[in-house]
Parts: sequence; structure tokens; C-alpha cells
Amino acid sequence: MKKNNVLFLAALSLIFAACNSKSTDKTTLSGSIKIDGSSTVYPLTEAVAEEFRAEQPKVDITIGVSGTGGGFKKFGRGETDISDASRLIKDSEIELCKEKNIHYHGIPVAYDGMAVLVNPANHWVKDITVEELKKIWEPEAQNVIKKWNQIRAEWPNEEIHLYGPGVASGTYDYFTEVIVGKSGSSRGDFTASEDDNVLVQGIKGDKFALGFFGLAYYEENKESLKLVPVDNGNGPVSPTFETIKNKTYSPLSRPIYIYVNSTAAQRPEVVAFVNFYLKSASVLSKEIGYIPLADELYAEELKKFETFVNTTTKK
Amino acid sequence: MHNTKKNRLIDKSFQFWGIGNTFIGIVLLAIFIGYIVYLGASRLSFDFLSSLPSRFPDKSGIYTAMVGSVWIMFLTAIFAIPIGVSAAIYLEEYQKKNRFANILEINISNLAGVPSIIYGLLGLQVFSRTIGLGGNLLAGALTLSLLILPIIIVATREALKAVPNLIKDASYALGATKWQTIRHQILPAASGGIMTGIILSISRAVGEAAPLIVVGALAYVPFVPTSPMDDFSVLPIQIFNWISRPQAGFIVNAAAGIIVLLVITFSMNLVAILIRNKFEKKMN
Repeated sequence: MKKNNVLFLAALSLIFAACNSKSTDKTTLSGSIKIDGSSTVYPLTEAVAEEFRAEQPKVDITIGVSGTGGGFKKFGRGETDISDASRLIKDSEIELCKEKNIHYHGIPVAYDGMAVLVNPANHWVKDITVEELKKIWEPEAQNVIKKWNQIRAEWPNEEIHLYGPGVASGTYDYFTEVIVGKSGSSRGDFTASEDDNVLVQGIKGDKFALGFFGLAYYEENKESLKLVPVDNGNGPVSPTFETIKNKTYSPLSRPIYIYVNSTAAQRPEVVAFVNFYLKSASVLSKEIGYIPLADELYAEELKKFETFVNTTTKK
Repeated sequence: MHNTKKNRLIDKSFQFWGIGNTFIGIVLLAIFIGYIVYLGASRLSFDFLSSLPSRFPDKSGIYTAMVGSVWIMFLTAIFAIPIGVSAAIYLEEYQKKNRFANILEINISNLAGVPSIIYGLLGLQVFSRTIGLGGNLLAGALTLSLLILPIIIVATREALKAVPNLIKDASYALGATKWQTIRHQILPAASGGIMTGIILSISRAVGEAAPLIVVGALAYVPFVPTSPMDDFSVLPIQIFNWISRPQAGFIVNAAAGIIVLLVITFSMNLVAILIRNKFEKKMN
């Protein structure tokens, strides 16, 4: 009991120390933090770890990219302290954690926007509706929807060429879930690549192309791509920082998460890192092309995490 | 008369067809290397070789990945060379030629063709999980040792086969035992070929990313591994990671990383060629 109180105090003082990141009398922490999971979340976690290292050089943070599913497999065996996830934890993964008696806390850290794109020479597409996207991508469209004018009558009688992320990616899972209605279900006759830069090159060189991928890849290739506003019944909306943050650009944006193991959350370096994550995610997510949550959401998540740390420590 | 002319023409055209095909490979390789150097050469600097990974492409470096690759190279060599060479000596010099030997031989040749990711899954189950090594250097090196064992065995056997029987017979005639003959005559005579095989197989191990990702090698490691039990990253994983990033600067980094990896593997191959030449001269 006494030992637990000490731990609790240590954790609290750390939270406090992290709050005044400018103050000079910081506790020097040491130890290591193991992180694995989604390659989508990786750039953000990497950025946070890099900045955290400037403050706490003795904490060794390692990050793997086994994918969201692969990351949860390791997390569920207690092999990692934090898991990066581009979706919520699945039932089967919750079961795995229960089996091994692993408790955890999930925290949204930013939004990842998905963009629908065409070639800049494409003068006919001004916007696209969610129904039209469904008509293009659903499994029944295979070998049926082949021309632009089958989607909207005024569009030209030309072949449509589709580009999308590979079926193993979280982006594909999410797109099919919100557009087609079933995760992982789509037509198979499109150019797929796990590497979004390949999709950028494909759409760049093909006047009749249409594709989707992470917004960050559009931000880096604005000159060679044309962004298509998506209409979900309330008029066409372009994905921007504002429309994603205030959720008017829907349904093609998703929150990304980190999951923290409760045993790890009793270690001061992990607590300090997660607090640091929530405080710096707003600035850092912009730097790497993601969209931050609203500031009050970060404050809320900080509080929730504090409660989580307190309850697990008291147990 | 007419037929001869036609045959000569066919002969000539096949020659050109062959030359053309030979050049396809070389030209493609030259274009690839030229493009990589054009893209990445300007990024190569001491800073690039000595910096930690970062979200800023121009601040990011390959220090930890490069050190990880060197660790992996040496550990893999330590495990794979003794096992591979001894297995080859047994198969070539001791094993009687029978059905069992045939089965062994076919299986080892087949193993050399198994995709590397399969070895990764094997390594994950056996070394990381069952033995409990996790994703550290030791687990990675053991996995890669399995991957290159068949290659070392096949290359070593070829080298042993190439030793003239004259030498063996002379050794036996002088009363040497089998092991004395192997130790003092066959192995020295075959060592050029054996070394070549070993170096080529290890340079292949250095270029592998997939099996190591499966075993648990990481993408972001901000410290240099100091023992075989440490977590690690390697150059191919760092390159793979950079290629899939949206910012153009990371593509340049990837190209620079590829140059470093190419320099490492090319210089290993060069060493292999030099060793072979040296031993061939000695033999003659």
C-alpha cells in the first residue's frame, strides 16, 4: 500500500513536471518504452518520440511497424507497452487481452484524412457523392462500371482507371467500410499498391484515373493531383484541416489511436511520454501532414489518462 | 549452297539476339544505379551516416540502422559459417551416396529457394516466441542464419567437389587419416570457393528486410545496440520505411541509404572476388 502511494506520487509529480515543460528543474527519467503497431500512426509517434528524447534523453523509445493487427498481437501478449492503431481495437483483440489479463487505455491522438483524387487534366469532375463512390468501388461494379459516364451521365464516355491502397492496409479497410459498407469488400480490378507514392505516380500520369489515399500524400503533391470534394448529402466538402477537425468532411476521415498497457502506465517514463504525446500531438501532427484533434479534446484525453493511471496504480 | 547461307544468317542473328539480351540486364542496372546516385548522392555526408532517425528528412540519418546491419552481419556469420561448412563437409566427404543422401541433397537445394518471409515466420515462432528472445539482434541473426545456411552448404559442397582427387589420393597414400586429409589438404584447397560462397550469402543477408520485420526488428531505434540482446533496426528496413513516406525529402534519404547499402554489398562481393583470385593463383 505504501509502495503504491509512492508510485502514485511519482506519477503525479511527473504529470506535473510534464505540464511545465519549460521549467528547468525536471526529473531525469530513464528506462525504455516499447511501441509497435500501425505504420499510419508511426510518423506521429516517431515525431513525438524524437521531441521527447530532447527532454528525456535517457528514456530509450523503440517503435516498430507491424501494422495495427500485428501490433495488437504483440500488445495482447504483453510484449509492448504502447500500441499504435489506425482503428479501434477489435473484439478478437479484446479477447486476447482479457485472456492474458492485460488492461489498457485507448487514446485518440489525431485524424488521418483520406482524399479522393483525379488527374489535373480531368476537367469534368467537380465533386463526387458517397453513393457514386460506392457505385464505383463496390464488388458488383467489377467488369460493369468501366466508363465515366456510367457514374454521372454528363461525364465523358471514356474508360475510368482506378487506383487504391493495397488490401492489407488500414486505409483500404476504412475506405471500404465507410463507402461500400463492409470492411475489406470492394471490386478487385483496380491498381493497388501498399506504397501511396506509387498511387500518386499512377494518377499523375493518367488523365482518366480516380483514386484515394492519405491526405498527407496529396499535400506533398498538390501540383500533380486534383482533389475531389466529397458530398455526403450536405453538399461537396473538400478535405482541409478545418473541415476534418470540425468533422464536416465525412465520412473519409478517421481518428488514429495509441493504446497504453496498464502495467506500463505505472512506470513514470511511460506516463511522462503519453502526457507529452497528448501535449505535442497538436503541433506535431500538422508537421507530418495529419490533422490534430480540437484542443479541448486533448485536454479531456489528458484528464482521462490521469484517471486511468490513478485507478490502475491504486489497484 | 542456299541452305548454308541461311544457316549462317540464323547463326549471326542469334549472336545479336544474345548480345542484346546480355545488355538488357546491364543497361537496366546502369540506369537504376545512375538514377539512385543522381537522386541520393548529394544527401551523403558524415551527418547522414551519424544521425538518428527523425521526422525531418534533412536531419534524419542512418547511424543506428547501419550499426544494426553490421551487428546482424557478424552475428549471422558466427552462427551460419561453422554449421554450414561442417554440414557441407559431412555431406560431401562422409555421407555415403544412397537414397537418404539424395533426399537430404534435394531438400537442402529446395530450402535455398524458400521465400525469405517464410524464414521470418519460422524465426518468429521458434526464436522470438518459443525460446523467448523477442525481437532482438540474436533472434534476427539466428533467423537470417537459417536463411543463408542452404546457400552456404551448396556453395561449400561445390568448392569441395572442385578439389582434384589427386590431392586426396596423395594424402591417403602418405598414410593420412580422413580428417587429416580434410583438415590439411581439402579445406585449404577449397577455401577460396568456400569464402566466396560465405561472403556472397552474407551480403544477401545484409539486404533482407522482410524476415527481420516479421521477427520484430523496429523502424525507429534512437540508440546503438551494445549487446546481442538489444532491439535493433537495419538499413533495408530504414530504406523501406522512408520510401513509403509522403515527403519528397525522405525519398532522397532512401536513395542515399540505398547507395550505402550498395557500397556495402558491392565491396563484400569485391572482397569475395579478390579472395577467389588469390586462392586460384595459389592453387596453380
